Amino acid sequence: MIRYLITRVLSVIPVVGVVTVVVFGLTYLSPGDAAAVLAGEYATPAQIAAIRESLHLDDPLVVQYLHWLGNVVQGDLGNSIFSRQPVFSLILSRVDPTIILAIAATVVQLTVALPLGLLAAQNRGGISDRLVSLFGVAGTAIPPFLIGYVLIFTFGVYFGSMPVSGFPGFDSGIWEVLRHVLLPATMLGFAQTALITRITRASAIEVLNQDFIRVARAKGLDEFTILVRHCLKLIAIPLATVVGMSFAGMLGGVVITETVFAIPGIGSLLVEAIQHRDVPVIQGVLLISACVYVMVNLLVDLSYLFIDPRIKYT
Amino acid sequence: MPSRREYPRNTERCSFGRTPEKFTGSCKQPKERLRVFSENRSQVLGDFVVSDVIDLYKPEPSRLGVRRHEIAPPVLSVSKLVTSFRVAGRWAPVVDSISFEIGERETVAIVGESGSGKSVTALSIMRLNSPASSKVEGSITLEGQELLTLSQAEMRRIRGNDIAMIFQEPMTSLNPVLTIGFQIAESLILHRSLSRSEAELETIRLLEKVQIPAAKSRFHEYPHHFSGGMRQRVMIATALAGKPKLLIADEPTTALDVTIQAQILELIKELQKEEGMSVLFITHDMGVVAEIADRTVVMYAGQVVEAASTEDIFKRPEHPYTRSLLSAVSKLGSMKGRRRPMRFPIVDRTTGLSDVPNEVPDTVNETERPVLEVAGLTKRFEIRSSMFSSVKGRVYAVENVSFSVKSGETLALVGESGCGKSTTGRTVMRLTEPLSGSILLDGIDLLKLSRPELRKQRSRMQMIFQDPFASLNPRMNVGTAIIEPLLINARASRSEARDKVADLLQRVGLTPDMVNRFPHEFSGGQRQRICIARALALEPRLIVADEAVSALDVSVKAQVVNLMLDLQARMGLAYLFISHDMAVVERVSHRVAVMYLGEIVEIGPRESIFQNPQHPYTKRLLAAVPIADPARRLQKRLVSNDEIMSPVRPADYVPPVRQYRDVSPGHAVMIWGEEWERKNLTGSLNN
Repeated sequence: MIRYLITRVLSVIPVVGVVTVVVFGLTYLSPGDAAAVLAGEYATPAQIAAIRESLHLDDPLVVQYLHWLGNVVQGDLGNSIFSRQPVFSLILSRVDPTIILAIAATVVQLTVALPLGLLAAQNRGGISDRLVSLFGVAGTAIPPFLIGYVLIFTFGVYFGSMPVSGFPGFDSGIWEVLRHVLLPATMLGFAQTALITRITRASAIEVLNQDFIRVARAKGLDEFTILVRHCLKLIAIPLATVVGMSFAGMLGGVVITETVFAIPGIGSLLVEAIQHRDVPVIQGVLLISACVYVMVNLLVDLSYLFIDPRIKYT
Repeated sequence: MPSRREYPRNTERCSFGRTPEKFTGSCKQPKERLRVFSENRSQVLGDFVVSDVIDLYKPEPSRLGVRRHEIAPPVLSVSKLVTSFRVAGRWAPVVDSISFEIGERETVAIVGESGSGKSVTALSIMRLNSPASSKVEGSITLEGQELLTLSQAEMRRIRGNDIAMIFQEPMTSLNPVLTIGFQIAESLILHRSLSRSEAELETIRLLEKVQIPAAKSRFHEYPHHFSGGMRQRVMIATALAGKPKLLIADEPTTALDVTIQAQILELIKELQKEEGMSVLFITHDMGVVAEIADRTVVMYAGQVVEAASTEDIFKRPEHPYTRSLLSAVSKLGSMKGRRRPMRFPIVDRTTGLSDVPNEVPDTVNETERPVLEVAGLTKRFEIRSSMFSSVKGRVYAVENVSFSVKSGETLALVGESGCGKSTTGRTVMRLTEPLSGSILLDGIDLLKLSRPELRKQRSRMQMIFQDPFASLNPRMNVGTAIIEPLLINARASRSEARDKVADLLQRVGLTPDMVNRFPHEFSGGQRQRICIARALALEPRLIVADEAVSALDVSVKAQVVNLMLDLQARMGLAYLFISHDMAVVERVSHRVAVMYLGEIVEIGPRESIFQNPQHPYTKRLLAAVPIADPARRLQKRLVSNDEIMSPVRPADYVPPVRQYRDVSPGHAVMIWGEEWERKNLTGSLNN
């Protein structure tokens, strides 16, 4: 068990290694001389040469990579071309809203998807099942930004009850933060909510057809207890997998959501960086989000151990 | 690892499946099964036409239903019960106006073949059929209280409390992610309003009651630590939790090995006495009926055709269907004094008259060299925790096994789950590569052949598998399935092959016009005939029949066995007949090899093995077979509570060198060690 944990954690290293190679390679995929790009349009050849010198761009590629990697390991992701600030602290200053948003979106997903999926599975073929399926199709088909604008129009403009832009910071109180996060979280989680509902429904139907559910009914348990006690834990494995992936994959959605709701998070940082061709920032964001992805997958794998007693890692 | 259920006998319950892919596993959806059933109703039911039997033979009312000897009011009374399922918008009755009663402390068995409606009857009593697609009419009263008019909430107070139920599949009947203790305690907390700690104590008491060793320490264990037999004990403990007045047991031993079946039957009998329950026992096995039931209700196609005391049913069966059911039951010991195999008698279901099975000719070719000679066959599977780690242990699946089969001879390989009989069969076909040994087919060592040479030899040996549903491609019509081996071996042109198919179908008792039909249009028995026809296409010398009749209904089983015997007489086939069913083995085989933990412990002529068993394991196996004789029911049988051993050994295990001694000519028995001495005692008590 302990040995498994250690090997599983160590197995993350090669994955992250490959990620760093790809992220590092990004500098060379962008057209033109990296130093010229970094120096900007109005740089003199001397300035460009200075940058080449400072970035060791004349060294062999492998040496450059190792040099860069050495810095990354020490938390030095370079400086932003645009704001001249260190990339790491730049990312740190924008990370809060995104984390809150991702967690809130996951909570929204689960509170909507779980009951809907279970309801549909319980009434398989009935009206509620069909409505849930319709929701599933709609959720996948409707583009998220449209949902965002519908939410802004409905709750922000028409009812005027919810704030529709910005992120207040924690000193204004948790309630204020939640109010600002609810609509963007709904938008961010929407597409995946549909997917999670479908997974919940499908797994619950499979579980409800098992012999031990019939046994539970023969014991005299009511349907709600059967769902919660005998069904939920078994669908937790497919659910953990999907929820984990959806959480880790939220960076893609967060780009749009933060733009729509004008939230100063990682997503909007990435958009700004791309607009300014700010390669170090792009690298930094990619590297960190890739690490998050790998870590979440690791956690999902480990969560199986606690969900299903039959799974034993040795 | 918990013991693997080796022969999913539950497939016999879905003989009229329309879509085979749905039914290859366990039949979880009674609704769908029954839809299929009622559509096919007038067509084929286990190779027999249904409608005329019922119409011709309306049984006398005196034999039906109410015929109890007790004066006390019945615990359960079912009258004019009709359960219908919605099929294409119409209600089709699956249980058709049946009535019976169960008295206090009485055991009533409902017996019948696949689709006879016996399980639906049980589910109707519990009202566990899906309310959307089923309808239950008539009257079911428990101690005078009508159940059919109760609300769902009131019914939930009855379920698990007044009426408890255990099911066929112990392997899947327990929730894998909840502890054993919790699943029993759950019932106690629900029905007896015990606190958690009281429930835990009571659960441990119940676990002890169902004779689970070290009950206290097993409370917190999960189901996957338990073998099939142990899980069924847990199920019984759960059922006892509510101190039920009635226990419904739906094929509770069908998926279990025969020695474990004997244990569970004994346990149910004992608990019934202690708890004073009534039992409704549902089974397809007449042997089990004789072991356990006071009265027996015979069901056929949704109706009760005969109901009487178990003695009457066995001694004086009146309805032709009951007679046909009984005649197909193979009785252990019925072959005393006969050297050759014997066909099953077939009862005409309209007249109720039985034919006298004609003697099978002597088929064994004694002079020729044996078709199959196996010597020192060994197959081990290595257990590693991951791909690169060292060997943690080995499954000694087949260990130094030697035997031979002559042309026209049937050698039966018998034993329980995990004894290596199926692995032996597969290794003989070289479907798995053995570790060592030699396999000579007509003198050619199969293990020395290259792939193309092996392919050529394989056409001379064919295999028939247990599950006729899974072993036919559902998208391939029957003709193509049978032609295929001829074409891939370039034995015949397409047109010749077509003629051959017609001939083969006739040989296995089907008609040539069935060529273009698909597997789902056939019943289980017919499908097994198709598999046999396919195996015969290449005119093999040897057929390995791996549990070939185990999944079939009893009457269908009799027909397929008869067919196999006829084919042997006509074509001089050698059979390696792998089976766990001692009664069928006694009927069909010339010689028998008993396997235990990968080794042959006893081998010899069938008569000698059955009449004069030597090895303690052979004795135990024979003693555990249910005897279709109700007189034995009241005797208490001494059944050892041993679990089936596992052939998994540690990595450093050195298999002992075995010595055999001759009992009589051709009858050899392994000399057993001390480990059997204690077991031997129980074994001889059983005898």
